[in-house]
Amino acid sequence: MNTTIMLFLIQDGITNGAIYALLGLALVLVFAVTRVILIPQGEFVTYGALTYASLASGQMPGTAKLALAMGVVAFALDVFAGRKSLHVRLIARSFLANIVLPGIVLALTLYFVAQKPPVAVSIALSLVIVAMIGLSLYRIVFQPLAHTSVLVLLIASVGCHLALQGLGLLFFGAEGQRGPAVLSTAFTAGSLRFTGQSITVYGITIAFIVGLWLFFGWTLYGKALRATAVNRLGARLAGIRTTLSGQIAFLLASVIGALSGILIVPITTLYYDTGFLIGIKGFIAAIIGGLVSYPLTAIAALVVGTVEAFSSFYASNYKEVIVFMLLIPVLLLRSLAAPAVEEEKD
Amino acid sequence: MNDRLPILFFALVMAAIPFIPGMPPFWIVLLDNIGLAALVAMGLVLLTGVGGLTSFGQAAFVGFGAYTTAVLSATYGVSPWLTLPLSLIVSGVFAVLLGLITVRLSGHYLPLGTLAWGLGLFYLFSKLEFLGRNDGISAIPPLSIGGYRMLDPASIYFAIWVAVVLSALLTVNLLDSRTGRAIRALRRGHIAAEAFGVHTPRAKLLVFIHAAVLAGLSGWLYAHLQRAVNPTPFGAQAGIEYLFIAVVGGAGYVWGGVLGAAIVVILKEVLQSYLPLILHGSGQLETIVFGIMLVALLQLAPAGVWPWLTSLLPLRTNGKAPDTSLLLPARIRAAGASEVLLQVDKARKQFGGVIAVNNVSFDVQTREIVALIGPNGAGKSTTFNLITGVLTATAGSISVLGRKVDNAPPQEIVKLGISRTFQHVKLVPDMTVLENVAIGAHLRGQSGPIASMLRLDRADEARLLAEAARQIERVGLADQMHQLAGSLSLGQQRIVEIARALCVDPMLLLLDEPAAGLRHMEKQRLAALLRQLRDGGMSVLLVEHDMGFVMDLADRVVVLDFGTKIAEGTPATIKSNPEVIKAYLGVAA
Repeated sequence: MNTTIMLFLIQDGITNGAIYALLGLALVLVFAVTRVILIPQGEFVTYGALTYASLASGQMPGTAKLALAMGVVAFALDVFAGRKSLHVRLIARSFLANIVLPGIVLALTLYFVAQKPPVAVSIALSLVIVAMIGLSLYRIVFQPLAHTSVLVLLIASVGCHLALQGLGLLFFGAEGQRGPAVLSTAFTAGSLRFTGQSITVYGITIAFIVGLWLFFGWTLYGKALRATAVNRLGARLAGIRTTLSGQIAFLLASVIGALSGILIVPITTLYYDTGFLIGIKGFIAAIIGGLVSYPLTAIAALVVGTVEAFSSFYASNYKEVIVFMLLIPVLLLRSLAAPAVEEEKD
Repeated sequence: MNDRLPILFFALVMAAIPFIPGMPPFWIVLLDNIGLAALVAMGLVLLTGVGGLTSFGQAAFVGFGAYTTAVLSATYGVSPWLTLPLSLIVSGVFAVLLGLITVRLSGHYLPLGTLAWGLGLFYLFSKLEFLGRNDGISAIPPLSIGGYRMLDPASIYFAIWVAVVLSALLTVNLLDSRTGRAIRALRRGHIAAEAFGVHTPRAKLLVFIHAAVLAGLSGWLYAHLQRAVNPTPFGAQAGIEYLFIAVVGGAGYVWGGVLGAAIVVILKEVLQSYLPLILHGSGQLETIVFGIMLVALLQLAPAGVWPWLTSLLPLRTNGKAPDTSLLLPARIRAAGASEVLLQVDKARKQFGGVIAVNNVSFDVQTREIVALIGPNGAGKSTTFNLITGVLTATAGSISVLGRKVDNAPPQEIVKLGISRTFQHVKLVPDMTVLENVAIGAHLRGQSGPIASMLRLDRADEARLLAEAARQIERVGLADQMHQLAGSLSLGQQRIVEIARALCVDPMLLLLDEPAAGLRHMEKQRLAALLRQLRDGGMSVLLVEHDMGFVMDLADRVVVLDFGTKIAEGTPATIKSNPEVIKAYLGVAA
């Protein structure tokens, strides 16, 4: 086997793996805080990527309108939930966050899209739009279900995936898109060429891994978030605002998802449904990490990326089969290693 | 049985539909699709709603069924009737392989695992040369009986709905049986079921296979309806849709699967034809509505449409009281003089650095009531779990009638005639008291799943229910026999647990705080019952905090404190033991 090819495949695998790692981290994060297995994470990726690509090519992304529409629903739910004790301040805050903010972002999007915005503006707008969608998604779908079992949350999560993916097709059409590179510099080391884009991918991934690990392991607030997942009632009794925890988790997850999308859309063409497959690969990493460990998830993601790169070279037809079937030995190991824990379900 | 009549009625209605004059052919196509989806959904009901195992991968099993017959009948010219058993076997064999890996997974790993292999198999279908890759296989021969070839949707209609009605019948039969009770107990955790001899992994695998075979049947019919297969209908999207159908209809009910299939297939058709007109878009608009509806449904009506519908109908039938004259063979007991029944010798259990039970030794003789008492955290429940095999001891040994039973699983312990109740009640709340208690007699029945489906188990079943009814009467809950266990007060639920334990026909009854939550009169009745059991030759080991109750009842008392035995003796000596007084009241009371 040719060393150059091998190095090239490894590099490719690591770049993909870094993206999977980011997504895996977000999945672990959301699961650890809210017990939601976030299947729509993939849609955050597509939405981020395609919003960015649309903006860059001067097209109006439908996601900006979706953010406002979801905000309106979230506001209505807030008003309905608080109808017994309506405070002007609460209503005003909900109105600002759910309607005024998406409204302003929509106006900005309309303004910029007419004049082909610079890359930085496109990135900022895409991130804000997807973040708002993520927050509203939590408010509308998962906050009312927060007390239910992991399985109910999972099924709801799949429902969100269906709806968001369908909307993605509506917004962006069936054709794939590519976006402009975030960083266009490049240098070569030996036979390998490193683009600014891939360096950015590595940098951001490492920053998030270290950041999340520090946040959850070492800060009081991070621990509070984890406590929410283990025992909501207990966390509430200890003064932790469980709803806020969920919002933070979804905010982070949607930003991470959108960011991953923006990072890969200059490298590969993304379609409205690509996010799901990318997200599932993040999942495989997250499951290998047991849905709890950040470093293990990151390592697993690199393995998944590398296996994918090699199998796409040697058995390109069976690339997806190999990657998804990778999970089976992992599950087997997990099921042998994990002691049977009594779980009271309803 | 009273639930037969509606099924017969339903079958007749379905048989009559094609003969309605002026029936649009398109409606028949819809009904065909409903039937195909209903088969898969029915399996999912058993798997997810009843057994608590969520699967997103059922579409792959439909694929196994469809591709098996497609390859054999189109490529090799095998008769479709010969490929039917083969399709079912292939689905079943893959269910065993995938099930062995996945059903042991706890909680959320299971659905994620099914999602992953569901996707993997979809890609495999679309890449394999002999399955025709993305184009699939076409020119599949139609089903035919004699010279009658089922070429159009109207002619295969009967094959599909005969399959649906038969499968529903077999599934309902299965649930209403010894095996069915074991399956229905799965969702509430495995400890209680295992304490009565249920092999929970085996029961899970069984429902997994059942669901896969139903999916395979649907796939076989699908292949001969379309007479062409390609990978698309066996992907993750379809897997999700099947789960959606089950949730819509009511995941806990077999007929909910059929209803859900009808609702979803019709809705999908309506949405596909009208949504593009409203939204001026193209493509999967219906999936948006589906997704939103799924979420709304989970928030507003998580139980699905079927239970809501049945609550509107005045069909509530009261269960028939079983004929209590039928008897199960009793356990052979050593008659005569008292001997050591249970010997706990230096049992020790460590959880990391915590020693929950520290070299505790005691015994229980035949015809004796022994009480295990001690302050909270003394290790009483842990001792129970060591004896019943829920936990394995770190050191020491436990023997029953002189035979060592160290580290035997709960299923083996209960065979020796040791049965128990739980400190935190572990009943299945949506099963009746009678059904819950009958789980206790699980090991005293023989009928397997096949016999249950074919109703060959009725004699066996009647004896089990008779035994359950007898024990319910014995503990004084005859009036509540047909109520749901979840509707009883906590005190009564504890008594139900005792009845369930008695169904084992035990030599030794382990009761974990049986009197908690009981009123004074109920406690007296319980004490009388336990004395009567002892006089009838049974031994009782109980953990209890109510000292009046214990001191009145027990022949001997063993006192634990911080995992260590500090005293043992008759109630009178224990009451005056300074160590015991210190443990309960602090220093020098």
